[in-house]
Amino acid sequence: MGKLSSTLWLILFVLPQQVLANSQFNMRKGVTDISNDVYQLHMTIFIICCVIGVIVFAVMFWALIHHRKSKGAKPAQFHESTKVEILWTAIPFVILIAMAVPATKTLISMEDASKADLTIKITGSQWKWHYEYMGEDVAFYSILSTPQDQISNQVDKTNTYLLEVDKPLVLPINKKVRFLMTSDDVIHSWWVPDFAVKKDANPGFINETWTKINEEGIYRGQCAELCGKDHGFMPVVVEAKSEQAFTDWLQQAKQAKKTAAAADAALLDQTLPKEELMVLGEQVYMASCAACHQPTGMGLPGVFPALKGNPVVLGDINDHIDVVINGRPGTAMQAFVKQLSIKQLAAVVTYKRNAWGNDTGDVIQPSQIQAAIDATSEAK
Amino acid sequence: MSSVTEQQHNEAGHHDGGHHHPAKGFKRWLYTTNHKDIGSLYLIFSLTMFLIGGAMAMVIRAELFQPGLQLVDPHFFNQMTTVHGLIMVFGAVMPAFTGLANWMVPLMIGAPDMALPRMNNWSFWILPFAFLILLASLFMPGGGPAFGWTFYAPLSTTYSNDNTAFFVFAVHIMGISSIMGAINVIVTIVNMRAPGMTWMKLPLFVWTWLITAFLLIAVMPVLAGAVTMVLTDKYFATSFFDAAGGGDPVMFQHIFWFFGHPEVYIMILPAFGIISTIVPTFSRKRLFGYASMVYATSSIALLSFIVWAHHMFTTGMPVAGELFFMYATMLISVPTGVKVFNWVATMWRGSISFEVPMLFSIAFIVLFTIGGFSGLMLAITPADFQYHDTYFVVAHFHYVLVTGAVFSIMAGAYYWLPKWTGNMFNITLAKWHFWLSLVSVNVLFFPMHFVGLAGMPRRIPDYALQFADFNAIISIGGFAFGLSQLLFVVVVYKCARGGDKVPAKVWDGAEGLEWEVASPAPYHTFETPPEIK
Amino acid sequence: MSHAPLLKRLVLICLGMFAFAFAMVPLYDVFCDVTGLNGKPSLEQAKQSTHINEKREIDVSFTTHAQSGAPFKVKSHEYSVVVKPGAMREVLFKAKNISNEDKVMQAVPSVSPGKAAKYLHKMACFCFDQQPLKAGEEVEFKLLFYVDTELPDDVEEITLSYTVFDISKQLVASN
Repeated sequence: MGKLSSTLWLILFVLPQQVLANSQFNMRKGVTDISNDVYQLHMTIFIICCVIGVIVFAVMFWALIHHRKSKGAKPAQFHESTKVEILWTAIPFVILIAMAVPATKTLISMEDASKADLTIKITGSQWKWHYEYMGEDVAFYSILSTPQDQISNQVDKTNTYLLEVDKPLVLPINKKVRFLMTSDDVIHSWWVPDFAVKKDANPGFINETWTKINEEGIYRGQCAELCGKDHGFMPVVVEAKSEQAFTDWLQQAKQAKKTAAAADAALLDQTLPKEELMVLGEQVYMASCAACHQPTGMGLPGVFPALKGNPVVLGDINDHIDVVINGRPGTAMQAFVKQLSIKQLAAVVTYKRNAWGNDTGDVIQPSQIQAAIDATSEAK
Repeated sequence: MSSVTEQQHNEAGHHDGGHHHPAKGFKRWLYTTNHKDIGSLYLIFSLTMFLIGGAMAMVIRAELFQPGLQLVDPHFFNQMTTVHGLIMVFGAVMPAFTGLANWMVPLMIGAPDMALPRMNNWSFWILPFAFLILLASLFMPGGGPAFGWTFYAPLSTTYSNDNTAFFVFAVHIMGISSIMGAINVIVTIVNMRAPGMTWMKLPLFVWTWLITAFLLIAVMPVLAGAVTMVLTDKYFATSFFDAAGGGDPVMFQHIFWFFGHPEVYIMILPAFGIISTIVPTFSRKRLFGYASMVYATSSIALLSFIVWAHHMFTTGMPVAGELFFMYATMLISVPTGVKVFNWVATMWRGSISFEVPMLFSIAFIVLFTIGGFSGLMLAITPADFQYHDTYFVVAHFHYVLVTGAVFSIMAGAYYWLPKWTGNMFNITLAKWHFWLSLVSVNVLFFPMHFVGLAGMPRRIPDYALQFADFNAIISIGGFAFGLSQLLFVVVVYKCARGGDKVPAKVWDGAEGLEWEVASPAPYHTFETPPEIK
Repeated sequence: MSHAPLLKRLVLICLGMFAFAFAMVPLYDVFCDVTGLNGKPSLEQAKQSTHINEKREIDVSFTTHAQSGAPFKVKSHEYSVVVKPGAMREVLFKAKNISNEDKVMQAVPSVSPGKAAKYLHKMACFCFDQQPLKAGEEVEFKLLFYVDTELPDDVEEITLSYTVFDISKQLVASN
């Protein structure tokens, strides 16, 4: 009996785990305690379902094979048996309770409001993530870095196709990290399968979840809630570093912010050549604008306006800059002043005014962008 | 059970004016108040919508055949997933069941027609316009709805294009049509049963439809409310779902799923009725537990009102809420299990034969149960955080809706086609249709479990490379399944045109009043109510 | 048999359910208040606290988020404060209209974890009212709050988030 049950245990629980763990057929075990619990829970429920399925279908197929009319089977007359009906109501009920116990445990362990070592505010917007290290003065956007020509099949796709970003979220391992989720526009959902973390980012509200990563590495996920046209193109990439490496990185990030501010200040006195701005402008356009306005500048009729021949783009420079830096409230047009540097803004406005036959010949300098920013914030 | 079989054409007696013969041509169909005509209209309409919605699925699968964007842009892709969902739910599955109810409920309870024949005509004829509006919006500048069939705010309000009004009006019309259909079914069943047809003698298809109809009148108005709020939020500056004005986008999901979850059962309860009719016929044995089937159906319907938030575990809920909705959802598997056990017990020691309706029913039992299992897995809140909004969910609801609801409709269609037309369908072709569908539908939907578990979100037009192999297989399965359904069209068409004549009782093991009228069923039946012993 | 009585009742059910959909709006708010769903804190002035729990310390942090297109910069002076349950605490927020038009700002509070929402009591908050800000105007707002002594034991830190919206257009539309 002991041998039989241990063999059964081996076949039912150990074997499938060996075969299915981390295969491409199954859920990932992940790198947190919670994700491991979830994986175990998933496997337990899955195996119970399989066992029930095998028993029920075995009975059914036995009947289909042996109680066939063509084999001369005569129908029996029995029907309605209170005993049997109570039994097949009660047994599933007991099985359900057996499932509910571990599920409840895991759920409660997920719901941990103890103090975190680090808090990250995650803001979703169409179609990028913004990460803010709370209390640390480090914040940045994280945008898909897969080039457009891979998506349009002009060049070969790399291994991390669609699961790569310009700046990943960097986190320390072995620390409790709390995530606060919110959204700038529609509902998004931040998901990293290896952490078993998926939480909706709701506009106007804040949601909370947490993780504690056990291993260093790069973990990839995607937005899970339909959020408009480029829902499939807003990946999540997390780089988990050792505690020391993380501290170093955070220092560098702060330093880089200061350097960038200094570089911006230096730019104010410079006049950049049109060629340089056009090259940079095209890059920025493809990364930040082409998703809606299209690489051709033609937009999508009725959804996103074309920039080619657009009256704003061809019109007054200051109006054009104003739309780009402040966005258009209530539409998908965002305030890019929060996302791009003044050099990038100058370049992209220059690009739009000179690409696709928009031959205005205008060249916009970073100093003009800064003036426009100052004008809006210092108005009157 | 026995009844009067001969048809009495009593000129004076009955409320639909006593036409002996239908009018000719298009006017017959436009003005008809005959339940059989309207049933046929519904069924033909639903088949048409099934093919249109299927064509959209083909576009989706073609785009997903390989990684990268090949055929359509993401905005159009989103329109395809949205309209595919809307058409399949409101255009294919629900009208098909309404069509079957129109045809079969009066025949099964010995009534001469539906209770409200003129309303019946209206409830069908507004439907094509609803879908015309919806489909037309695809061709307008900006395109049709692209926010998923669940139209979550604020994607469907602030961030949708102006054609959303067409979507709202289309859904309103669909809702009104379903409500009128449901009211008609209830009034017919409650008021027009033949003498002696007591509640516990009602055929199960009638029972399940009665319960479905109550679900419909309870939740379709809630859907109407939800789309109305979307409309006013978008065009009239209300803020039901806008935090700026004190609203809450998560509330949309509560309202939507308060409709949405019972809606799922609206699409499966009549299927249970069909399977419970067919399995005893071809097992030549009474249904094992008639009463427990009725109770199980009712408890599934009641439970469906208290599980809606299991669609929303990731929105951020207090843990008590998550536990409540998890337990309530798990509980549904008890009455559902009772049904499956009942069908198996009915087959046990029967005298089983494998006519085409039975083949579809057996496939239904196995594959719907697989969908039930994945549903149980999805109920487990911690695991749902991993499954939610992935292809695992897509696999789950296509198992219950395609191999569940659609297969049951196919089973029902094959079961009653000879009664409707008086001709036996081409059995060889029908068997080809079954086997091709069975194999391809599993090639189509089974690997979706794998890509879902591996981390592929739903509603994306392009995906990472590790999902490529399975997606290619899924697409091949999809094309094969889509093409196989053309065989069904051929079988139905040929059967309507001719074939071997069938007797009144088409299947030797069949029971019920519908088998006591001639085949094809005369234009007027049971003008004198049959007597039920 | 007359179908009218039954028909009437069924139509009434339909109308009732349509009304119920709208009734869900206030019901939902009640539900949120009771369960703390969605971290929706009360928008009304709270009662004075009665006693202070000296033994416990709670971290309360603040974050603000200007919704896309809302031309406001709102920031608390401190990122986080440590409070004792029951003790009143004042936090100042600096708010600025960075556009060159007069605007009306509405701040919507949200508390995380959600179950802490009903234990965070605000005595004074700029979120109670719509805040008109002239073009370029900068003002200081006061938030006066305390944490209830009944706060569940496992909650060690609370985040109060404000999402600020520009509601100038809605005001024009509704007038």
